[in-house]
Amino acid sequence: MELFTNQVLAGIATGAIYACMALAVVMIYQAIDHLNFAQGEMAMFSTFISWQLMQWGVSYWAAFLITLAFSFVAGIAIERILFKPLAKAPVLTNVAGFIALFAIINSSAGLIWDFTIKQYPTPFGSAPFLGSQLISTHQAGMIGVTVLLLLGLYFFFQYTRIGLAMRAAASVPESARLVGINTSWMIALGWGMATAIGSIAGMLIAPVVFLEPNMMGGVLIYGFAAAVLGGLSSPLGAVVGGFLVGVFENLAGTYIPGVGNELKLPIALALIISVLVVKPAGLLGRHIVKRV
Amino acid sequence: MSAAEEVVAEGHEAVEAVPKRAMTLGTGTSLVVLAALLIVPMFVKNFIIFQMTMLLIYGLAVLALNILTGGSGQFSLGQSAFYAVGAYTSAVLMEHANINYALTIPISAAVCFAFGYLFGKPALRLSGVYLALATFALATAMPQLLKLNFLEHWTGGVQGLVVTKPDAPFGLPMSQDMWLYYFTLIVTVLIYIFSVNLLRSRSGRAFMAIRDNEIAASSMGVNVALYKTLAFGVSAGITGVAGSLGAIAVQFVAPDSYTITLAISLFLGMVVGGVGWLPGSFVGAAFIIFVPNMAESISKGLSGAVFGVLLFLVIYLVPHGARQVAILGQQLVGKLRKN
Repeated sequence: MELFTNQVLAGIATGAIYACMALAVVMIYQAIDHLNFAQGEMAMFSTFISWQLMQWGVSYWAAFLITLAFSFVAGIAIERILFKPLAKAPVLTNVAGFIALFAIINSSAGLIWDFTIKQYPTPFGSAPFLGSQLISTHQAGMIGVTVLLLLGLYFFFQYTRIGLAMRAAASVPESARLVGINTSWMIALGWGMATAIGSIAGMLIAPVVFLEPNMMGGVLIYGFAAAVLGGLSSPLGAVVGGFLVGVFENLAGTYIPGVGNELKLPIALALIISVLVVKPAGLLGRHIVKRV
Repeated sequence: MSAAEEVVAEGHEAVEAVPKRAMTLGTGTSLVVLAALLIVPMFVKNFIIFQMTMLLIYGLAVLALNILTGGSGQFSLGQSAFYAVGAYTSAVLMEHANINYALTIPISAAVCFAFGYLFGKPALRLSGVYLALATFALATAMPQLLKLNFLEHWTGGVQGLVVTKPDAPFGLPMSQDMWLYYFTLIVTVLIYIFSVNLLRSRSGRAFMAIRDNEIAASSMGVNVALYKTLAFGVSAGITGVAGSLGAIAVQFVAPDSYTITLAISLFLGMVVGGVGWLPGSFVGAAFIIFVPNMAESISKGLSGAVFGVLLFLVIYLVPHGARQVAILGQQLVGKLRKN
C-alpha cells in the first residue's frame, strides 16, 4: 500500500509538470488552432536562460521572474516574425514551420551551452515534505506552483477585460474584430503567455530531469498527450489530463509486468488512444457538431 | 461557438484541393525523367548510385504518405512504423526463411497493407490533431516493440539483423549496387503508375471527396469508413515496400533506425514536395536526404539551425512546395513559346 501511495503522489508531482506543458499547448492551440511542436524546445531555452542568469550570480526568484519576462517577449517576437506570415498557409506548412523552429532552437542551445548534463537548483529543497516520506518538498512545490498558475489563469480569463478579449478572439475571430478587438495582437499575446507558462514548466522539471538541450522531448510528448486526453479546447481539461497521465504512467511502470521504463511511454499513449476512441473530443473537450 | 462557425474554423484545416490534372507530370516530361534515371547511374560512382537508390526508396515512402494525406486528407506521423514493419518482414523472411529478396516485397506489401488497414479501423473515429497523436504514438512505440524479448529470436533484439545484398540475376555484368538501383527503379515506376491510376480511379475520387468534405461525400454514397481505412492500408502497403527495399539497400535493420525522426523526415518531404503532387514526393525525398548533409557541411555545430532556416526559407518562398515551382516553370515555358 505504501508503494502505491508513493507512486500515486510521485505521479501527481510529475503530472503537475505535464499539466503546465499541456496548459501551454492548449493556450497556443486556442489562439492559432495548431499544436506547437517546438513548445518543449522553447521551454528548454528559457530554462537555460534562467540557469545562465544564476551562473552570473542572480538569485533564484529574480532569475525566475526575468526568465518569465524574457519568455513572454520572445514568444511574441516569434509569432510576429516567424508565424504571422504563415497565418494563411496550409496547416501542414505550419507544422513544418514548428519542426523548423524546433531544429533551430535545439541546435542553437547545443552550440551555446553544449550537450553536457547540468545540475539545476530547486528553490524548495529536496527534504521530505512536512516530515512525510511520501513526497519531497520539491514535488510539493511543483504541485503548488501548478495550482497557483491554474487559479491565476482562471481569474485572468474570467475576470479581466483582456482575458475576455483573448477568449473572444480565439472562439469567434470575425465577430471579435467587429467589436474592436485587435485579434492579431491577441494571438501574439497567446504566444507570449504560452511561452511563459512553458518556461515555468521547464524551470520546475529541470531539477528532476537535469538541464540539457534534449530535456523536454519526453515531457512535451506527455504534455501533448495530456492536452489531447483532457480535450484541446479546455485548459482545465489539460490540467486534469496532465495529472491523470502522470499517475497512470507511474502506476503502469510499477504494476504492469514487463513494462518498466522502456514501455512507459507507449503504454501511456495507448491509454490515451483508447480514451479517444471512446470520447473523440477528449475528457472535457467540447464535441464539435459539423454542418455541411 | 455556433455550428456554422465551427465549420468555418474546420475549413482552414482542410488540405488544399489539387486539380486532377495537376497531380502528375506530363507524359513527355515523365519520359525525360525516366530516361535520365536509367542512364545516369552508368556514369557515376557506386556511392552516388547508392544515394540515388535511397532517393527512390524515400520517394516511395513520401509518395505513400502523399496518397494518405494529399489523397484522403488523413494526417499521419506514424509512417516510420509501417516502414519498419516492411523492413523487418523482408529481413526476417530473407535471413530466417531463405526467401528470395524479390519475393519478400509483395509479401511485405501485403503484411503492411493488413497492418495499416487494421490500424485505420480504430483511427476512423479520430481526425486532425487527434489522428496525428495516435499515429505519433504508433511511431514512438514501434522501436520499443521491436526490442521485445519474445520477438528477439526473430528480430535480433537491439542488435538487429544483417541482410545479405543480392547479386545481379541472369549473370548480368553489373555491380550489386547498380543492380539494386535498377531493381528499385522498376519497383518505383510500377508503384508510381499504380498510384497515379489509383488516384484517378473511382476509389481515388472517393478519397478526394472525403478529403474535401466528409459529410458531403457520405451523402453522395461514398462508404467513408471503407475508403478511409483503404487509404491507410494502401499507404501502409507502399511504405512497407519502401521499407523492404531500404532494408535490402542498407543491408541492416535495427529498431533505432525507425524512430519518430524518420516519420518526421517523411512528413517534411511531403510538405517540401507539395501535398498531393505525386512527382513532388521525389523532390521532397531529395530534400530530406541531401539538405541535412548540406547543413552539416555549412556548419557542424549549427547543422540543426541551418536545416531549420533552410526549411523556413522553403515554406516562406514556396508554401506549396515543389509543385508551386513546377507550375511557375510551366507558365514560364508557356510564355517563352508564345514569344
